[in-house]
Amino acid sequence: MNRYPLWKYILIAVALTLGLLYTLPNFYGEAPAVQVSSIKTAVKVDVKLLGRVEETLKAAGIAHDGLFADQNSVRVRFGDTETQLKARDTIERALNPDAENASYVVALNLLTRSPAWLTSLRALPMYLGLDLRGGVHFLLQVDMKGALTKRLDATAADLRSLMRDKGVRHGGIARERDQIAIRFRDAETRNKARAVVENAQPDLLLTEAQDGADFRLTAVLRPEAQQRIQEFAIKQNITTLHNRINELGVAEPVIQQQGADRIVVQLPGVQDTAKAKDILGRTATLEVRLVDDENSQNPVVMEEAAKGQPPVGTEYYVERSGAPLLVRKQVVLTGDRLTDAQPGFDSQTHEPAVHLTLDSAGARIFKDVTRDNVGKRMAILLIEKGKGEVITAPVIRTEIGGGRVQISGRMSTVEANDVALLLRAGSLAAPMEIVEERTIGPSLGAENIERGFKSTLYGFIAIAVFMVIYYLMFGLISVVALSTNLLLLIALLSMLQATLTLPGIAAIALTLGMAIDANVLINERIREELRNGVTPQAAIAAGYERAFGTILDSNVTSLIAGLALLIFGSGPVRGFAVVHCLGILTSMFSSVVVSRGIVNLVYGGRRKLAGLSIGNVAWKK
Amino acid sequence: MEFFKIRKDIPFMRHALVFNVISLITFVAAVFFLATRGLHFSVEFTGGTLIEVSYPQAADTQKIRESLAKAGYTDTQVANFGSSRDVLIRMPLRPGQDSAALGSSIMGTLQQDVAGAELKRVEFVGPQVGRELAENGAIALLLVVFGIIVYLALRFEWRFAVSAIIANLHDVVIILGFFAFFQWEFSLPVLAAVLAVLGYSVNESVVVFDRVRENFRKMRKASVPQVIDNAITSTISRTIITHGSTQLAVLSMLIFGGEVLHYFALALTIGILFGIYSSVLVASPLVMWLGVSREQFVKPQKPKEEAVV
Repeated sequence: MNRYPLWKYILIAVALTLGLLYTLPNFYGEAPAVQVSSIKTAVKVDVKLLGRVEETLKAAGIAHDGLFADQNSVRVRFGDTETQLKARDTIERALNPDAENASYVVALNLLTRSPAWLTSLRALPMYLGLDLRGGVHFLLQVDMKGALTKRLDATAADLRSLMRDKGVRHGGIARERDQIAIRFRDAETRNKARAVVENAQPDLLLTEAQDGADFRLTAVLRPEAQQRIQEFAIKQNITTLHNRINELGVAEPVIQQQGADRIVVQLPGVQDTAKAKDILGRTATLEVRLVDDENSQNPVVMEEAAKGQPPVGTEYYVERSGAPLLVRKQVVLTGDRLTDAQPGFDSQTHEPAVHLTLDSAGARIFKDVTRDNVGKRMAILLIEKGKGEVITAPVIRTEIGGGRVQISGRMSTVEANDVALLLRAGSLAAPMEIVEERTIGPSLGAENIERGFKSTLYGFIAIAVFMVIYYLMFGLISVVALSTNLLLLIALLSMLQATLTLPGIAAIALTLGMAIDANVLINERIREELRNGVTPQAAIAAGYERAFGTILDSNVTSLIAGLALLIFGSGPVRGFAVVHCLGILTSMFSSVVVSRGIVNLVYGGRRKLAGLSIGNVAWKK
Repeated sequence: MEFFKIRKDIPFMRHALVFNVISLITFVAAVFFLATRGLHFSVEFTGGTLIEVSYPQAADTQKIRESLAKAGYTDTQVANFGSSRDVLIRMPLRPGQDSAALGSSIMGTLQQDVAGAELKRVEFVGPQVGRELAENGAIALLLVVFGIIVYLALRFEWRFAVSAIIANLHDVVIILGFFAFFQWEFSLPVLAAVLAVLGYSVNESVVVFDRVRENFRKMRKASVPQVIDNAITSTISRTIITHGSTQLAVLSMLIFGGEVLHYFALALTIGILFGIYSSVLVASPLVMWLGVSREQFVKPQKPKEEAVV
């Protein structure tokens, strides 16, 4: 009488199998691991690195539990924390012989202990939020006005040299808040200037005004240009942050854009906020200087310089190719003059190259310097933390004008890409300010996990005991359905790799308490039908059928609240909302479909069913 | 086992006025406390810095306050958090202050006094973030109210939608009233709890309304109050058991969840208790007074029902 078609049983079986499979990794726990990733964008993580790490460990006699490589890192799993710490130091020494000039980040991390076949199915344990694993969370506000001001200042300088080049006489160019004002003696010059500016700077919106004898031309950035500048600013800031955080040695940093002008930075495991902040706020710049060619070719001087005694007015550097050279201290150009850097190819030799674009003032300086120094070498340095690195030192072949500079020679396409990125990412496009900060100690994280786990466990036990006492067999079936709900919910969270936070665990506990509502509705309905004298089989069918409409309505209203939280919530509220919404969906399936399936299996096949084990219902008659 | 063996319908509607007067008084009291005392908003909303420190032995909050004042931090609040060994320090926003430096300098001060003091967490929230959170919370509340009204109006009838939402908003105000009266901290998780309660306790009204609709079709000769009385009576057992189960889960959170989940669980508890009352005893009379009638439901005779007969 109460039978499910085969496909429904298959559906339940498939859901349960998937649920079990994806919940499984959560039971294995995590093992201490060491993660090696590259700091320098030019140094790639590849199979060779994996081999190197393996050999290093073998040579030091450190046993490991498995080596894994993905696109960005090599990870080694260890049996205990002691071995992990020992291995970290060994690998660090082997890969970064020069601590001052490290190429790799060797960080401590945790890796799941689940077997490889599970991991290959992309079955991973739930992703724990910062409040559960400890770490630092920053919310940075990008100063968009600052980015625009910076751009306007540069544009004002460009306009000055443009006017000079075109021979247009003006009475002053100045930035006044968010516009640039140019003054003229007469309307005719102004008209001429207008044509020139419109031609050269399509991003500017020009308006004319007259103030007494003053003929003014004011320029503002077009809205679309403003938007482009802002988007560029936030992207560049994110790239810069990425590069900087790499040096912190954080295993799994999260750097994401939030809204139009905010960046979220999460550093799991980092406790030293002050250091983290110092590194986030640091500036890196590009410098162009001339090479002291004469002394660089003198082996005696070079030997002295390598010992730390370079000739006066120069500094000793080693180029990326390994060749040492002396660079003059006098700075020709700084990164402030750089407006863009893109990878590309040399138009004649088809060698990989990096194309730099300078602003007008920079272009003029560059033109003068190259004209005066044809045949000499010029070094391009990246300065970080007061420490420089020569990226390249090409020979100047001709005078270079127009502000377009090409760096080429001894570069692969990958390197060209990386140098361009490095130059772009060297400095922040716009100032940033920390508007929210959270630090959670590791002990608090572990405490929070335990609290959340206990709340859920004891809540579940209490409900289970009550249900079995109150509804007997049907109570037991409801509890099995509720367990399925828990299983599916955890599997879903693991599958989606949604961030689990303490409010998220609270949502799991709450979902259990609320999900049982559906089964209570069904069981009460069945009792009522029995009381009205309906046969047991008909009571089951009617109970489930009639209760379903109510269950649907009540879940939809809960879901409306959950979705609103999901859309407008942030931080802890969002963590709650994700689990809450998913829990409502899984509970619909488990409390209606799964529990009916079990009821059908237990009672459905019996033709002569005298009664149901759902408690005494004979009192009304 | 069965708790409720109710043989006759309980005449709830006869006392409807009493119930509504009771809830009106509670409501007015809640509004009064909200207006006079206001909510004690957490750092997330107001902006500021919050530092949690764990001590090896019971912490002397008075001494901590003094040494902080000596170090120049005069406007701080120091309180125990969860246990006598854990201390929570709150500071208002100060212009031009570096939050990271603040955290480490305060820890330096505290560690001078007691060596084993351990920093558990630091939270810093800037002023604009706090304002946004408050705004988003208000928008979320409006969205929930609107969404539920639309859904119930579609599934039932506008009278049901309006009474359900009035009854449940009154729950929300009462929860807030409790938080204002006791000056419990109103944080983001509490906001989440309040909205979850709103979605959850509308369920109650939905269950009763479902029965009312069904009874209008079944009990052809009964009057409107009789129909509603029967609907409430036949669902009251389920209502109490469901809320009891949810409360079991929330109680477990209240006991084992620690400080962070404490007010979250507390808000849910109040919401669940008042949810039973309001959605059954406030919403139903409202539906009656708004003039619900059988004709609104049985007008179009469903062909399906005829076929069965």
